[in-house]
Amino acid sequence: MITVTSARKNYGSFAALDDVSLDIPSGSLTALLGPSGSGKSTLLRSIAGLEELDSGTVTIEGRDVTDEPPQRRGIGFVFQHYAAFKHMTVRDNVAFGLTIRKRPKAETRKKVDELLEIVGLDGFQHRYPAQLSGGQRQRMALARALAVDPQVLLLDEPFGALDAKVRTDLRQWLRRLHDEVHVTTVLVTHDQEEALDVADRIAVLNKGRIEQVGDPVTLYERPANDFVMGFLGSVAHLGGQLVRPHDIALERDRATALALDAKVVDSPGVIDAVVERVVPLGFEVRVELRAESGERFAAQITRRDAAELQLREGEKIHARATGRSSVIDVDPALAI
Amino acid sequence: MRVSRGIRLSLRVVALGYLFVLLAVPIGVILWRTFEPGLSEFLASISTPAARSALNLSLLIVAITVPVNVVFGVATALALVRGRFRGRGLLQAVVDLPFAVSPIVVGVALIMLWGAGGWFGALDQAGFQVIFGIPGMVLATIFVTLPFVVREVEPVLHEIGQEQEQAASTLGANGWQTFWRITLPAIRWGLTYGVVLTVARALGEFGAVIMVSSGFPGVSQTLTLLVHSRYIDDHNTYGAYAAATLLMGIALVVLLLMTVLDRKRSDR
Amino acid sequence: MTSDTDQQRRGPRPGTDVAPLPPRPDATAPDGIHPHGGGAPPYADPGDAAARPKHHGRGLRALRRPLGIGVVTLWLSVIVLLPLAALTVAAFDEGLAGFWEAVTAPAAVAALWVTVLVSAIVALVNAVVGTLVAWVLVRDEFRGKRFVNAVIDLPFALPTIVASIVLLSLYGPNSPIGVELNATRWGLVVALLFVTLPFVVRSVQPVLIEADHEVEEAAASLGASTWTTFRRIVLPTLAPAILSGTGLAFARAIGEYGSVVLIGGNIPRETQVASQYIQQQIEIDRPLNAAAVSVALLAIAFVTLLLLRVVSGRSQRREERDA
Repeated sequence: MITVTSARKNYGSFAALDDVSLDIPSGSLTALLGPSGSGKSTLLRSIAGLEELDSGTVTIEGRDVTDEPPQRRGIGFVFQHYAAFKHMTVRDNVAFGLTIRKRPKAETRKKVDELLEIVGLDGFQHRYPAQLSGGQRQRMALARALAVDPQVLLLDEPFGALDAKVRTDLRQWLRRLHDEVHVTTVLVTHDQEEALDVADRIAVLNKGRIEQVGDPVTLYERPANDFVMGFLGSVAHLGGQLVRPHDIALERDRATALALDAKVVDSPGVIDAVVERVVPLGFEVRVELRAESGERFAAQITRRDAAELQLREGEKIHARATGRSSVIDVDPALAI
Repeated sequence: MRVSRGIRLSLRVVALGYLFVLLAVPIGVILWRTFEPGLSEFLASISTPAARSALNLSLLIVAITVPVNVVFGVATALALVRGRFRGRGLLQAVVDLPFAVSPIVVGVALIMLWGAGGWFGALDQAGFQVIFGIPGMVLATIFVTLPFVVREVEPVLHEIGQEQEQAASTLGANGWQTFWRITLPAIRWGLTYGVVLTVARALGEFGAVIMVSSGFPGVSQTLTLLVHSRYIDDHNTYGAYAAATLLMGIALVVLLLMTVLDRKRSDR
Repeated sequence: MTSDTDQQRRGPRPGTDVAPLPPRPDATAPDGIHPHGGGAPPYADPGDAAARPKHHGRGLRALRRPLGIGVVTLWLSVIVLLPLAALTVAAFDEGLAGFWEAVTAPAAVAALWVTVLVSAIVALVNAVVGTLVAWVLVRDEFRGKRFVNAVIDLPFALPTIVASIVLLSLYGPNSPIGVELNATRWGLVVALLFVTLPFVVRSVQPVLIEADHEVEEAAASLGASTWTTFRRIVLPTLAPAILSGTGLAFARAIGEYGSVVLIGGNIPRETQVASQYIQQQIEIDRPLNAAAVSVALLAIAFVTLLLLRVVSGRSQRREERDA
C-alpha cells in the first residue's frame, strides 16, 4: 500500500499538488491519468522522492518515507525518456542497482540474465543503449528498475516517447508482466486509452487535485463529473448534458423517439437535428449532426442501424440518449 | 543560394589565399629558419640548461593549474547548471570575465592584490612572495584558464539533463556514487576538451605571466618567457625561433587532440 | 507558511523510521510498521551495511547545495573578483581626478587611440574575410577541406609570443620576401589578424550549417538573383553571428599583448598599444597610471561585450516573435 496524505507542492504560485490524498493498494496497477500540468507526474515523483513535498506525507507499505531520499524508499522508477546510462552496456545498466549494493558478482549476473530474458533482451547484454530501439531501451529501463526488487514500481509516461504500434505492444506486455511479478505499480499517463487498457485502478487528476479514483469500468460508466467524463472518452453535448456518442440513438419517427425517451431517467430529451455528414468507421458509423439550437454533435451507431435508417445528408432526424449509464450521474460515494 | 562556378572558385581562392598568407607562409618560414642549420642545432638550442628549466617550470605550472581547474571547474559548472539560486546570472558573468580581461591587466590586477604594496601585501612582507614568485605565475595562469573547463562541461551537463542521475538515485546510488559512476563518465569528453584547452593556454600564456614573474633565466622563466628573453635580451634570434618551434609542436599536438576529441564528443 | 511549520515539524524526524502519524485508519498496513523486517527488499537489509546508502537527513541534503555554491563563489571571488577589485581601487587611489589625469595623459591617450583604431580595422577585416572563409568551409567542396578547417584553430592553440616570432620571421628584419612590417601599425594589424582569425569563422560556421537551404531556394524560385538572395536572405541570417564574432575579435584585439610585443616595436604615439603602455608604467613604477589605463581598457571591453549582448538579445527576441 502506498498512501499519500494531504500532499501539497507549489512551484512559485502554481499549485502542482493541491491537497492530494490517495491510497494505492498493494499489488495493484494504478494509473495516474490527467492532462499535462495536472500534477500527475509531480505526484509520482513525490512518491519516488525525486520531488520534496511542501507538506503532506508519503508512506510505502506502512513506512513513512516523506523525509527519505529516493535511495531509501525501495522503489523502482522508469522515466519517459528511459534515462539509460549511455556509457554502460545493457548488462551494466541493469546490474547498476545491484553493483551499488555490492551484491556478489555471480548473483548479479544470474539476476541480470533472468531479467533480460523476462524483458526479451537476452542476447543484447553487450550492446550500448544507443544501439537499441526506443522500445528496447524502455524494456531495459524496466529490467533495471526491477533488478533491485522494488516494493513499488513507478512509471512516468513510460510509453510516451514511443510510436503507436510499439506503445500498444509494450502496454500489453507490461500488463502481462504485472500479472506475473505482482509488484505494486503506478503509471503516469495522459492517454485515457492507455489507462483503461492497462490499469486496474485509475486516479484522474486535474489542476493538482484528484477528481475521481476507481476501476476503469466505474470511471467510464459512472464518471463523477464533466471533467472525468470528458477525459475518459469522447462526449457529445446533448440538450445541455454530456452523453457518449454511442449512447445516442437516432429515430426517424419523433413519436417513437419520445416514447423510448420516456423510459430513460434524467434524459436530456429528444433533440431534433439535421444530418450533416455520415462517416463510415468500419464496424460503426459516425453521424455528424446539427441540433436545431445550432449546436453540433456526433452520434456513433452500428452499420446495421445506419443501413436501416438510410441516412442522407441534409435530412431531419431525432436524437435521444439511450441509457443513463454514461449520462452524468454523480454518485457521492465515488467522488473524492 | 546557387552560386556560379566562377564565383565559387574565386571565393575559394580568396579564402585559401588569405589563410595561406596569414598562417601557412609565416609558419613555413619559421620552420625553415629553425631546421635550416640542422636538427642537432635545434636540439642543442632547446636543451640548454635555461631551456630545460623553462620547460620544467611550464610543466609545473600546468601540473598545478589543471587539477585545480578540473575540481573547481566541474563544481562551478554543476552549480551553474543544477543550482537554482539568486545571483546565478552574476556567477555566469564572473566565469566569462577572464575572457574579457587583457592578460596584461590580469598581471596588473594580481600585483595590486598580492604585490608588496597590495591588499595582501602583508604576505609578501612575511616572506611569502606571490608576485615575482611561482605562486603569482600559477595564480595568473589559473585566472586566464578559469573559464575553459566550466564552459566545456556546462553544455554537456545541460544536455544530459538530470534524468540519468535521478535514475541512479532511485536505484540506490548516493551522491558520490552518482557523481563518479554517472555524471563524470557522461561529461568525460567535454571535461577532457576543457583540460586540453587549459593545458594549451597554460603552456602558452605570456602577458599575464611576464607581469608577475621576475624572469630570471633558469629560475622563473617559462617557455614563453624564454622565447621573449632570447629575442629581446639575448638577441639570440635563432634560439627564439627554436623555442618557438618547440611550443608550436606542442600546439600542433593540442590541435590534433582537439580535432579528435571534437569528433568523439559529437559521436555521443 | 505551511511549509515553514512543516519543516520544523519534520526537523527531528529523519532519523526515525516509524511513521508517527498514521494519517488515516486504512493507511497503516497490518504489517507496515517494520520496514526492515523479513522479506524487505535488499536496500533495507540490515546485515548488508555496505549496501545501505549513507543516510542523509533533510537538513544535510538541504545544506549540501548552498555549501557547494558558497565554495564556488568564494573561489571565483579570490581568483577573479578580488584582483580586479584591487585594480579598480588602485586606479582611484588619488580620487577621480587622479584617475582622469592618468587616463588623459598624452601617452596614455595615444596608446588607447592606437589600440582602438588598429582593433577596429582588424575587427572589420575579420567580419568580411571571416565570413567568406566560413562560407567556403561550409558551402564549398574541395580536397583538404577538413585539414583547412582544423588549421583555423591554430591561432587559438598557438602561444601568442610564438605568433609574434612566427610573424617576425616573415615580416621582421631580414624578411625573406622583402616586406618589413616590423614596428609599423601594419605589423600590429597583421599580428592581430593572426590571433583573431578563428572568432568570426567559428561563430558564423554553425549558423551557416544550420541555415535553411529551402529559404534560399525559395528566394531563388521567386526570381531573386544570387546577390539579392545573399543580401536579403543569407546576410540577415548570419548578421548576429558575424556581429558576435567581430565583437569578440575586437575585445580580444584591444587587450592583446603577446603577439604584438615583438612586432609592434613599442614606439610611443606610433605603435605602442595600451597593454604595452600599461606594462611600461609598471616597469617604471607608476602603478596608478597602469591601473587607471587598465580600468579604461576593461571598460572598453565590457562596453563592447555589453553592446553585443544587447544587440544579439534584441535580434533573438525578434526572431522568436516572428516564429
